[in-house]
Amino acid sequence: MSAHLLTELTVFILAVFVGFEVISKVPTTLHTPLMSATNAIHGIVLVGALLVAVVASPKLGPVLSVAVVFLASLNVFGGYVVTERMLSMFKPRETPTPRDGTKR
Amino acid sequence: MPAEAVSANQIAIDAAYLVTGICFILGLKFLSHPQTARNGNRISMLGMAVALVATGFLLDWSSAWWIVAIGGGGGALVGIYSARAVKMTAMPQMVALFNGAGGGAAAMVAAAEFLHLNPGGSALSWDQSLPIILSSVIGAISFTGSIIAFLKLQELITGRPLTYPGQQFVNGLIALAVVGGAALTIANVDTVPAYFVALGAAALLGILFVLPIGGADMPVIISLLNSFTGLAAAMTGFVLGNNVLIISGALVGASGTFLTMLMSKAMNRSIANVLFGAFGKVVAGAGGAVPGATGAIREATVDDVATMLAYAKQVIIVPGYGMAVAQAQHSVRELETQLEKRGVEVKYAIHPVAGRMPGHMNVLLAEANVPYTALYDMDDINPEFPRTDVALVIGANDVTNPAARTVASSPIYGMPILDVDKAHNVVVLKRSMKPGFAGIDNPLYELPNTVMLFGDAKASVDLLVSAVKAL
Repeated sequence: MSAHLLTELTVFILAVFVGFEVISKVPTTLHTPLMSATNAIHGIVLVGALLVAVVASPKLGPVLSVAVVFLASLNVFGGYVVTERMLSMFKPRETPTPRDGTKR
Repeated sequence: MPAEAVSANQIAIDAAYLVTGICFILGLKFLSHPQTARNGNRISMLGMAVALVATGFLLDWSSAWWIVAIGGGGGALVGIYSARAVKMTAMPQMVALFNGAGGGAAAMVAAAEFLHLNPGGSALSWDQSLPIILSSVIGAISFTGSIIAFLKLQELITGRPLTYPGQQFVNGLIALAVVGGAALTIANVDTVPAYFVALGAAALLGILFVLPIGGADMPVIISLLNSFTGLAAAMTGFVLGNNVLIISGALVGASGTFLTMLMSKAMNRSIANVLFGAFGKVVAGAGGAVPGATGAIREATVDDVATMLAYAKQVIIVPGYGMAVAQAQHSVRELETQLEKRGVEVKYAIHPVAGRMPGHMNVLLAEANVPYTALYDMDDINPEFPRTDVALVIGANDVTNPAARTVASSPIYGMPILDVDKAHNVVVLKRSMKPGFAGIDNPLYELPNTVMLFGDAKASVDLLVSAVKAL
């Protein structure tokens, strides 16, 4: 095993622990936005998609290059917009003033 | 692949990736409270933007800009449009679809690296091929599995489990093909064909393992697929030697795994049982044997129920998937408002697996402007039922079935339920006497303190609203 792989494995395992720690504090009421937020975060694979598709000698043909960037981009933008839309709806109990009709 | 002599440019880019990782962690941390959650999402967006801009410096824009324009622009347009246009009730399938897109992308990135590193079938070291194969296989399962989940949730194919004789055996064989292909790839035996056998078998396995899973088990599956895509993204990070992918993928993998475990615990079933049990197929006649069940069902009129609700001190509303299907959340909110005007205390009891994804009911009620402070988790609300005048069950079934407590032969025996039967009165809004998802009778309906109000959930609640107003 290369030293490089070991470093990456270290980063991975520590991030898993951080993930568990952070996520276990999320209340059940926010579990759908949590799923959606993490869903958007794994859209980071767009970085990988760009690195294999948008280079001097793409490693996939033109159609597959466009497809991989499309899928990852769909994941990022769709994921964040859905999450934003969900989170904008969560409100605490307030005085029953008429709520502004902003919808996102 | 990272060169040994790292340029200043590369250091700047890696530093930007570190910023992204921190943003993602902070973003998730801010999700621990509804009031800070929105800022959390924005921090996470910022992190994503930083990573994408930094990556921009590594790209060859002159020859391949159009790939970004068509692929990236197209994905952004479709993603933003569909995310805005989708109804809140269709949220689970939307999330499934975006999840599948990420999984597919991860598998393709890994495949690209594989073909690049191994143009003529030359040998790869195992620390190259292992992450490649993992990323490809997990990504492919997540891609096709999510698409099937989407089709099921969208009801383009039946939400009931699809089973056939020998199903587990066939799935086992395909899983074996995945493992075999992966092993041969890593061992550098006929690498290219072996790799594509593993990839194809994984894609097939994704389809076949989600098909036998029923609608009510979707919260578990959606979480699991989410975790898969996270892991696939992390493995892609190993392939490309890219830390931001590793960190982000690990975060998502951990989150998905956490939710998966939470959901199966809430159903008192193991993940293996959810995956291989084809739950909901079993049509057991397991009813009865619940103390007090009379065998007879009482039907109430809208006016009876309206009176009962209007003169109650405390009402607990128990929503389920039926509320989502009927899109009754706004009507339910209106009923709450009318009752509160009359001084009735209204609370909502949310079972962890009510609906089709974790927290599904919460997000629907939030859409209808129900404050999240009125929503109670199972453990907090259960002690309240004995001093509650009316428990109003709207489109929830199995999560209220008292057989889970007492009938050892019942398929849902041991599953924690909402103790609605302990309320003074129980009103069940239900379309018909069809059994719930688990295919079992619900003795709750035969209890002497239970009345039924048949009809579409939205129509019934609307009628209740006008009846309460008229009182």
